[in-house]
Amino acid sequence: MTTADLSTTSNPSAANAAMASSGVRNTAAWKHCAVIALLGVVAWFVFPNQLSLLARIAIMAILVISLDLVVGYAGLATLGHAALYGVGAYAAGIVATRLTGDPFVGLAVGALAGAITAGISGLLLLRYEGFTFLMLTVAVAQIIQNLASKFSDLTGGSDGLSGFSIKPLLGFSFDMQGRTGYVYAVTLLIVCYYAAKRVTDSPFGLSVQGIHQSRPRMRALGANINAQLWKLYTFAGLLAGIAGALSAQTNAIVGLDSLSFEISAEILVMLILGGAGRLYGALLGTVIFMLLHHTAATINPYHWLFVIGGMLMLVVLVPREKLIGWMLPKAWRNKMRRA
Amino acid sequence: MNLLTVRCLHKSFGGLHVTNDVSLALAPGARVALIGPNGAGKTTLINLMSGALSLSSGSITLGDQDLTHLPQARRVKAGLVRTFQITTLAAHLPIVRQIEMALHERDGMAGHWWQPVDTLKSVRDEACSVLDAVGLGAVAARTPLELAYGEQRLVELALAMALRPRVLLLDEPMAGVPKSESQAVLRALDKLPTELAVLIIEHDMDLVFSFAQRIIVLTEGTVLAEGTPDDIRKHPTVRDAYLGHGS
Amino acid sequence: MLTMLANILIDGIAYGMVLFIIAVGLSITLGLMRFINLAHGAFAMTGGYVAAWLVRVQGVNFWLALLAAVLTAALIGALLEALVLRRLYRRSELDQVLFTIGLTFVFVATTNLLFGAEVQLIPLPLLLSGPVDLGVRTLPAQRILVLLAGLAVSLFSWWAINRTRFGVWLRATVDNREAAAALGIHIRWVFGLAFAFGAGLAGLGGVLGAELMPLEPYYALKYMVLVLVVVSVGGMGNIFGSLAAALLLGTVDTASKYLASGYGSLFFFAAMMLLLVWRPNGLLIKAKA
Repeated sequence: MTTADLSTTSNPSAANAAMASSGVRNTAAWKHCAVIALLGVVAWFVFPNQLSLLARIAIMAILVISLDLVVGYAGLATLGHAALYGVGAYAAGIVATRLTGDPFVGLAVGALAGAITAGISGLLLLRYEGFTFLMLTVAVAQIIQNLASKFSDLTGGSDGLSGFSIKPLLGFSFDMQGRTGYVYAVTLLIVCYYAAKRVTDSPFGLSVQGIHQSRPRMRALGANINAQLWKLYTFAGLLAGIAGALSAQTNAIVGLDSLSFEISAEILVMLILGGAGRLYGALLGTVIFMLLHHTAATINPYHWLFVIGGMLMLVVLVPREKLIGWMLPKAWRNKMRRA
Repeated sequence: MNLLTVRCLHKSFGGLHVTNDVSLALAPGARVALIGPNGAGKTTLINLMSGALSLSSGSITLGDQDLTHLPQARRVKAGLVRTFQITTLAAHLPIVRQIEMALHERDGMAGHWWQPVDTLKSVRDEACSVLDAVGLGAVAARTPLELAYGEQRLVELALAMALRPRVLLLDEPMAGVPKSESQAVLRALDKLPTELAVLIIEHDMDLVFSFAQRIIVLTEGTVLAEGTPDDIRKHPTVRDAYLGHGS
Repeated sequence: MLTMLANILIDGIAYGMVLFIIAVGLSITLGLMRFINLAHGAFAMTGGYVAAWLVRVQGVNFWLALLAAVLTAALIGALLEALVLRRLYRRSELDQVLFTIGLTFVFVATTNLLFGAEVQLIPLPLLLSGPVDLGVRTLPAQRILVLLAGLAVSLFSWWAINRTRFGVWLRATVDNREAAAALGIHIRWVFGLAFAFGAGLAGLGGVLGAELMPLEPYYALKYMVLVLVVVSVGGMGNIFGSLAAALLLGTVDTASKYLASGYGSLFFFAAMMLLLVWRPNGLLIKAKA
């Protein structure tokens, strides 16, 4: 049976679906990545003394992209995502301390550690939804953080892991100005963004969005919801692990704070500031948050809380379109409305 | 040869028996209507058949495949598809994307994680022809929130048809559709493939009597009567309990 | 050994009772009003700070300060609800979470601005400072007060929700707002009062628990997770469930601090996970088959 059996001859004046839907398409991944690469190059020349900060922003952006996949695309609000990041960081740090200072080995191990942690915890967590899921993610992260604190022989405990050195990256050593670290971080940001965009633009990514918006509908289409979500969560863990490994390698230190509830909450804030459900939103939110934090924190850590608290309340109360409208020129505003 | 056979279905919640020993069979091309008062258990029966609800006892067979213990998704893959009484669509995805999603599932592509959906031209083409066929071509780019309720019900139907079912369970396709939009839904129902077995729940008696070759009457979870439209029209208990004497 | 077990039990129950008293308000707003208010910890903090300031700086009698603390927290809760939070009832869960987190940040920063970052101690009156001889054992008076307060709060809350007309109004409004309004129930008053009640209780908890949960500006954030855990394990809206959860988890946590101190809060969270998986609908409700 083909769908031609359903064709009709009545109403030839009805506009045709192919024409109407021609605007429904995703932007190609490489285009977004080209923009990021361009910005990366520009920043290299315009802010040569801020490369360490920019590298940290790039690394956080990878983590927030990973969070966007889980929160924005799959619709699973989590306050335990730092666990996947911290595990990657510690894995890379332990490799550098005990095995080899080769950055690529540490990166691969960190990525794997994040993916495995997500894969195993996901088997339990993904049976639940909503508030119960949220609380369980907090519990898993807290348990991992406490374990890291307890097994201080491996992790350095509350002192953290430090004193390890990373071998030069393709011949470039990790210098004090952070130039190598910057190129390393931005390159991986582009790679991770590309991968995340390909995944979200794929049939798999579409299915995950469908699951977010209506689980009963997806079940009625024959989707295996648990399998899809588990795969997504594990992939997000891979990206988070990469972010963690990068952090460990470029800062040459890993602490218990990388597993903390504070980070899980902060990245959620970053994601919301930029807009969940769109990958470039994750990027935008990270940049805004970290630049604000950098400026405000030097003044007084408590005053920073006023700023970020106020921003959060503002973002929730005022529809994003209005907020953006206050800031962007009219042409951009119209383009975003059509996106 | 029957396509779908349901034997002695029974469902109870604690002491509450919502489905009592229901059996029915659908041959290819069947047009069967399930009628009964509110609360009779009609949607429950569809939930049991589709796998959205687990049964307490009984069996469900599709062709030579035993569906009784299969989860909902596997039953869909076997060819048993249902629609919802209350429109259940992804609220923020353009409907052309939702049809594409159904096609991905049908063709086993939902696991493909690297290929951009936009490069799958044949999928987009097929999705467009499905929407054109039910008359939704002009609004293919809209999300369900931007559609009239009758149009949303058509999307439900289009999604079901895109899956190429062998058996289709329609739960009140006309529910909530205003008179002005009902023609489009009726037309779509007329054009259902002839070899498809259809079980439809409906309250609109005109539609029931014109669409169905066979009618099953359900009350309080039990089959009260079953037969051709004429049989049912003349059935004394059915007339008293449900149809009234006017028809 | 027996002494240690007894201490674990006493301290664990006291800790659990404090968590419970703070959690009741959250259980009501979350479970009955379906509103996620992560700023709830700020009410507890407010109560504690008000009492500390009144007793230490103003020389007010402890019991009067306690009353004032509870009323202040209730008032702030009522004002917040009426002026701000009411607009968020229809918003998504994530929006409610984020807004109230932002609100909490502002609370923390304001507290620091007004009182500085040092821990605030609440001097106890003589009546509560010493041990009480119960015949079979002596217990610190403060612990007895906490225990009695917890029991009183649980009984009163249960009574208010299940046996008064106010409780019926609250439950009706939550189930079907339009129908409740049509029946003449003043929705705004009902929600506002429920909110104030919960906030006031949180304030009470903040004062009673000041020894176990030190009052400093980050209090509102630090202990919010624990309170959320109690509510989710106990089952949202389930008063006695929260009581059972709080006592159980409080004892597990205290026991782990005495017996296995290197593990921090691991056992607390592990117990939480086990309990949630075993009884996902609330501790006292059997999971559906």
